[in-house]
Amino acid sequence: MQDQITEALKNHGADYVEVRLEEGQGTHIRYRGRDLEEIGRTSSLGGNVRAIAGGGWGFVCFNNLDDLKEKVAQAVSHARVVGGEAVRLSPVEPRVDIVRPTIHRDPRTVPLKEKKRVLDEYVDIIWSTSGIQSSVVGYGDGYRKVTFANSEGTYIEQEKIETTLRIAPMARDGTEVQQAGISLGASGDYSWVETLHDEVQILANRAVELLKAPQVKGGEYPVILDPVLAGVFVHEAFGHLSEADHVYESDHLKEIMVLGRRFGGSHLNIVDGGAIPDLRGSYKYDDEGTPSTRTDLIREGVLVGRLHSRETAFKMKEVPSGNARAISFHFPPIVRMTNTIIEPGEATFEEMVADVKEGVYARNWYGGMTSMEMFTFSAREAYMIRNGKVAELLRPVMLSGNLFTSLKNLDAIASDIEMNQGGGCGKGGQSPLPVSNGSPHIRIRNCLVGGT
Amino acid sequence: MDQTRKVAQEAEVFSVSTRVTPVIFEANRLKMLETRETHGVSLRIIKDGRVGLAATSNQKDVAKLVSTAVELAGFGSPTSLELPNSATYPLVNVYDPLVEEVSIENMIEIGESLIDRIREGNADLLCDGRVAKSVSTVSLKNSKGVDVSYTKSVFSIGMEAMLVRGEDMLFVGERKSSCNPITDTTFIKESIQRQLELSERVADPITGSLPVIFTPYGVAGALLGPLLAGFNGRNIVQGSSPLVGRLGEQIVDKQISIWDDPLLPYVPGSRTIDDEGVPSQRNALIDCGVATKFFYDLQTACQAGTVSTGSASRSLGSLPSPSVGVLVIGEGGLSYDDMVKDIEEGLIVESFLGAGMGNVLAGDFDANVLLGYRVSKGKPVGRVKNTMISGNVYQALSNLLAVGSDPRWLGGSLKAPALYCRDISVSAKSG
Repeated sequence: MQDQITEALKNHGADYVEVRLEEGQGTHIRYRGRDLEEIGRTSSLGGNVRAIAGGGWGFVCFNNLDDLKEKVAQAVSHARVVGGEAVRLSPVEPRVDIVRPTIHRDPRTVPLKEKKRVLDEYVDIIWSTSGIQSSVVGYGDGYRKVTFANSEGTYIEQEKIETTLRIAPMARDGTEVQQAGISLGASGDYSWVETLHDEVQILANRAVELLKAPQVKGGEYPVILDPVLAGVFVHEAFGHLSEADHVYESDHLKEIMVLGRRFGGSHLNIVDGGAIPDLRGSYKYDDEGTPSTRTDLIREGVLVGRLHSRETAFKMKEVPSGNARAISFHFPPIVRMTNTIIEPGEATFEEMVADVKEGVYARNWYGGMTSMEMFTFSAREAYMIRNGKVAELLRPVMLSGNLFTSLKNLDAIASDIEMNQGGGCGKGGQSPLPVSNGSPHIRIRNCLVGGT
Repeated sequence: MDQTRKVAQEAEVFSVSTRVTPVIFEANRLKMLETRETHGVSLRIIKDGRVGLAATSNQKDVAKLVSTAVELAGFGSPTSLELPNSATYPLVNVYDPLVEEVSIENMIEIGESLIDRIREGNADLLCDGRVAKSVSTVSLKNSKGVDVSYTKSVFSIGMEAMLVRGEDMLFVGERKSSCNPITDTTFIKESIQRQLELSERVADPITGSLPVIFTPYGVAGALLGPLLAGFNGRNIVQGSSPLVGRLGEQIVDKQISIWDDPLLPYVPGSRTIDDEGVPSQRNALIDCGVATKFFYDLQTACQAGTVSTGSASRSLGSLPSPSVGVLVIGEGGLSYDDMVKDIEEGLIVESFLGAGMGNVLAGDFDANVLLGYRVSKGKPVGRVKNTMISGNVYQALSNLLAVGSDPRWLGGSLKAPALYCRDISVSAKSG
C-alpha cells in the first residue's frame, strides 16, 4: 500500500496533497429490555484525498481504493476550481512512523460468548430490580488502522482499538417514565467492561427512585458539579471556543479570544492534549500528521493558548497543536478537542457544600451543546443542597450558562480529579469523535437551572 | 443471496450507493469543493429463528458476510420475524435527472450570490454555507422474492450567518432541500434577514408561565422529538411510551393532526419502499387530537402483534428501526402574524440548544433558547438570551391556543405550521 500511495503522490501539480486510507472492523451488541435486540459486525475500507492548488481545498472520498492517482487528480482539479486567496499551512516537520496501539486487554481476543455472558449479567441485575420497565445495554468495540501520507514526505500508520458501553435502565409508574444511565469508554482495553455489576445495580435503583423525585424549580442556583459533569462543562462552556477554526476568520472573535485575556480566577487552569497518554482522546499524530501536544488553554485564569490545525495556526501566526481530527475518511480533518481537563485545586467537596444555603448538586452527564457564547448541558442525577447539606434527589436537570460569566462564577475547585471517558463530541457533522474530559468537583455561582 | 439459501431460512441484502458533491463556503467565501462516493452492503439473515447482521464497505469482505451473519445469528434472540413478500409498490417520484446536471459553477454562483444578498447592508455578517447535489441508489433483495431498487436525487442549500457584537454572538440560518434543483434562494435570504431584524435588540429577560409561539423550526426543535418517541413502535413494545394502550384516545388538542406521508413526490424523505422492503404508505398518527396509529418496522410490529407500517429506517451497519419518512402537521386557522398580535407578554421560539437531552421518553422538553424573541403588547421587541423553556409535549399541545395557517417545509422531511401554546414554563438569568 505504501508504494501505491507514494506513487499516487508523485507529479500531482498541486501546492499540497494528502492521502488517508482507512480500514476498520467493529462488533456491536445491544439489548433492549431482556432481549438481545441486535448483534452485528461491520467492516469498512475507504480513503480520501485532500489537496490545495491555487486557492482553496479540494476533497474526495471513496470506498474503492483502485487508481489512487486518479483520485488525487480529481481532488487537485476540485481545488483549482475554488480559486481565491491561497490557503497556507503552518510548517510541520515530515515524519515517517508506524504507531501500534497500546493494548491492555484486546477486545478482539475476547470470544463473543464471553462478552454476551457479562452483558447478560448486567441485564439480569437491571431486571431483578422492581419497578423497571425497559432498558438498553449497548456494547461496542472497534479497530481502526489509518494510513496518512502527504506530499511533504510524511507517512504515518496508526492503529486504534476502542471499547464503549452504554447502560440505561428505565422505570415506569403509570404514565411516569424515568431513565438513569451511564456511558463509558476506553482506548485499548476490554477488562473494565467486566466489572460494573455494582454500578449497574445503583443505576437500576436510581431509575426507580426518580419516579418519586420532584422536579427542581427553575431559576438561578449555586451549582456543584461532580468530576464527570464538570468535564462536560469545561468541554462545552470553554473548550469549543478554544478551537481556532471558530475564531480565525472573525476579527471580532479574535478580539474576544485574545491571548492574555482573563476568563476566571487565578485558581483556574485548563489544558487539552492528545499527548496526555492512555485516554480516549489520545494519539501520537493528528489527522494532518502533526505530533500531538499538551496545550495550556487557561493558566491561572488567563487565556494562554488555543487548539489549531495547520491552516488555522498559519492564519493566526501561532503553532500547530496537533488538534486536526477527522472522525473517518468520509470527512476532512477539523480542529477538535482531545482530552480536556480542569486541573485540581485545593478545595474539598465538603467545604463547597457547606457554603451553600440553597443550591443544586448535579452529577453524571447526559449531553451537552454549545453555541460558543451560550452552552447547555444536562445531568443524569441531581440533588438539592439545603443549608450546607446534600438533600433530596431531583429529576435530572438541565443547566445553561454563558461562557464569559460562568468561568468567572466558577468559585471553587476541589482536588479530587477524575476522567470521563464515555463522551463523544459532535462538530460539523462529525460525531461521535472519541474525546475525554476530566475535572475535580467544581462550584459555579448563579448557574441557570431549567425547570417548571 | 445464493450462498445464504444453504445456511439460513431467510436472507436480505440491503445496499446503498451515494455520490454527493458539496460546495462549501466559509467566512463568506468559497472554501472547498468535495466529491464523496460511498458504497456499502448489509446482510441480514434469519437462521433457526434468530437474526444475524453483517455489513461492509470493503469489497474484499463481501464474501465473508454470510459466514459472519451466520456466526452472529447463533447469539441472537429468538424472533418470529418474517421478511416481506414481493408486493405492488407505490410510484413515488424522487429522482430528477436535472439535479445531476447542475454544474459546479452554477452551484458556486448560487452560494456566492446568496451570501452577497444576505450581507447587503450588513458587512459584519460571517456566512458559512453549503450547496450540495446528491444521487443515491438504495436496493433491497430478499429470499422471499423482493427485488426493488430506487434512485433519489437531492439538491440542498443551507446557510448560517454569525454576527458578533461585543460579547454577544448571534447565529441565524435557513435551509432548503428538494429532489429537484433549487434555483430561487429568495426564501433563504428573506428568512435570514427576518431573523436578523427580530434579533437587532436584546430584550429584557422574562420568566414565568407564558404564552409561547413555536415557529415551524421551534416545533421541530423542541416538540417533535418527544412526541414521536411516544408513537415509535419500539417504545410501544418496550412499554416505555406514555401512549401504550391509548390508541383512540384524545391525547392532545383537537386542532392537531399529524401524519407520515412518504409518498409525496420530489420530497427528499419520500421513498417507494421502506428500508426492509415494505411498501411505503401514508400513516395518520394523530387525527384531530386522537392517537390513531403507532409506527412500526417488521420486528417491532411482530412483537406488538400487528403489521409493519412501512416505517423501517436503517444505517448500513445496523438493523432497521422504526422511523417516520415525511412528517406533516396539518395546518390550522390562525396566521403567524395574528398569533404574535394576540400575545400580551410571551415568547416566540425558533431554535434551541440541548433540546432532546431531557426525559424525552416521558414527552418532556427542556432547552436553552438559542434563537427566540420576546413579544410585548403584540409586537416582537427583541431577542431573548440566557432563557430556558421546560414542559411536557402532551400538556403543551393540550393547552394549545392555535395552529398556524401558514405551514412550511423544513429540510426534506417535515412540513409544519407554527404552534401557539399557553402556559409554557420560562426561566431566565437576570442580566
